[in-house]
Amino acid sequence: MLGLSITQWLFGILSLMAIMFALMVVFTRSPVNSVLYLVLTFFCIAGHYLLLNAQFLAVVHIVVYAGAIMVLFLFIIMLMNLNADTEPRKHIISRIIAGVVGGMLLFVMVGALKGAEHLQLVQAGTSQIGLVKNLGMVLFNEFLFPFEIASVLLLSALVGAIMIGKRDTSTN
Amino acid sequence: MTAFIIYKAIMCAGVFLLCLGAAAYATLWERKFAAFLQDRKGPSRAGWGGILQPLADGVKMFMKEEIIPNVSNRSLFILGPSLFMITAVITSTVVPWAKPVIINGTSYDMQITDINIGVIYLLGVASIGVYGIMIGGWSSNNKFALLGAVRASSQMISYEIPMGIALIALIISSGGSLSLKEIVEGQDAGVANIVWQPLGFLIFFICALAETNRAPFDLPECETELVGGYHTEYSSMKLGLYLFAEYINMFISSAVIATLYFGGYNFPFAHELYAKLGLADGSVWISIIGFGALITKIFGFICLFMWIRWTLPRFRYDQLMNLGWKSLLPLSLLNLAITVLVEYLRGNIKF
Repeated sequence: MLGLSITQWLFGILSLMAIMFALMVVFTRSPVNSVLYLVLTFFCIAGHYLLLNAQFLAVVHIVVYAGAIMVLFLFIIMLMNLNADTEPRKHIISRIIAGVVGGMLLFVMVGALKGAEHLQLVQAGTSQIGLVKNLGMVLFNEFLFPFEIASVLLLSALVGAIMIGKRDTSTN
Repeated sequence: MTAFIIYKAIMCAGVFLLCLGAAAYATLWERKFAAFLQDRKGPSRAGWGGILQPLADGVKMFMKEEIIPNVSNRSLFILGPSLFMITAVITSTVVPWAKPVIINGTSYDMQITDINIGVIYLLGVASIGVYGIMIGGWSSNNKFALLGAVRASSQMISYEIPMGIALIALIISSGGSLSLKEIVEGQDAGVANIVWQPLGFLIFFICALAETNRAPFDLPECETELVGGYHTEYSSMKLGLYLFAEYINMFISSAVIATLYFGGYNFPFAHELYAKLGLADGSVWISIIGFGALITKIFGFICLFMWIRWTLPRFRYDQLMNLGWKSLLPLSLLNLAITVLVEYLRGNIKF
């Protein structure tokens, strides 16, 4: 069909869906629907990881983003009872500024991607690095130090969150 | 190619029907079992000994009037139960049901798909399972439903963490593979994982109870406080889907527990039995016997789930959170540390 392989068809459909859902995240007025569209976008991106033979990354992406972070987002939005009507109407000046800034970002991206065809693309679907065994080997041998630094960073964020969330005993 | 597609289609249809059938008869068995524990007879009118009761329940569910509240978010209200059902069913794809069958020299796995991240896939599906409850509870536009949905999500997130850590310990002690097929085959050669992971099994089992929202963890639908919890506004087959998916969840959790900790389709002295019966590897009969062993284990766990439900009272919400965060999480970390130490002493881990 059109001289495209199944993988190319999958890539095209997934990309279209990802872009469509990402746009819906922005355009939907209800915050709950926004969050749900974002979850769908994450699923499409996980599909892209699968096409790149990175199964571990795909499932971890689902577990962490769709399964944990977005559930917490949804949780908060449901508790705050945000509706489409409560969303504030933006002032016309902030809309114009947003339009200008978005246009400039587009400009920069066009400039940056102009010479992209000369870049050496990684052959998709043949690399075995995304499989959990190889990934673990690389992560715990070559990149052990940055990996541990990242975990310390997460730990400090965790401690910080507990500090903010802790009840202030001095005022009580 | 065509043979492959036909084989996969047969496997998918077979596993799907197995899940639905098992869940349907689990509802009947639950009522019979409750009746047994409470010294009653249970359903006995539809068919011989109540054997047609699930059918009657299904017909009743379909025939009831369908009510969608005016103030609800209509599309999400319909999406909620569908999503819950989908996530309940797709967990079954990675469970190996029996030994591979060899037909005309080709080996056919009795499993829909064997992915090398099977265990993480299970965690992933468990973590998105909460969306069905959350969306349904929120879109009902009802205080009790919302409270039920919020309870469900915080409960599921809390119990996923000790579950994941218990699974890490299991993977370390079972040889480091994330594929369920390889975990089962590892138990064929050695002993069942429960021998090396008794504490891990306990943690995993408690978390599985919490993830399936079974009593004593059924706070999301706690009828003494929340009317019906997240499905207060649901009626007809949408309610049926929620109730039915709970039984599918229970069936699949039992299958996963049996696979991970109790050897799946293997059983003690299996090879001696097969040798005595004169069955070669890849024979259909070996698969059928193994499948029977797995179903027996699943049935045992379903009975355990029900026994717990009809024995223990429901937790209070703070007790639930304390159990999850202050008991199970430290215990699972301790289990992980002990596992690493034991495996190091056994020489399976090298630094």
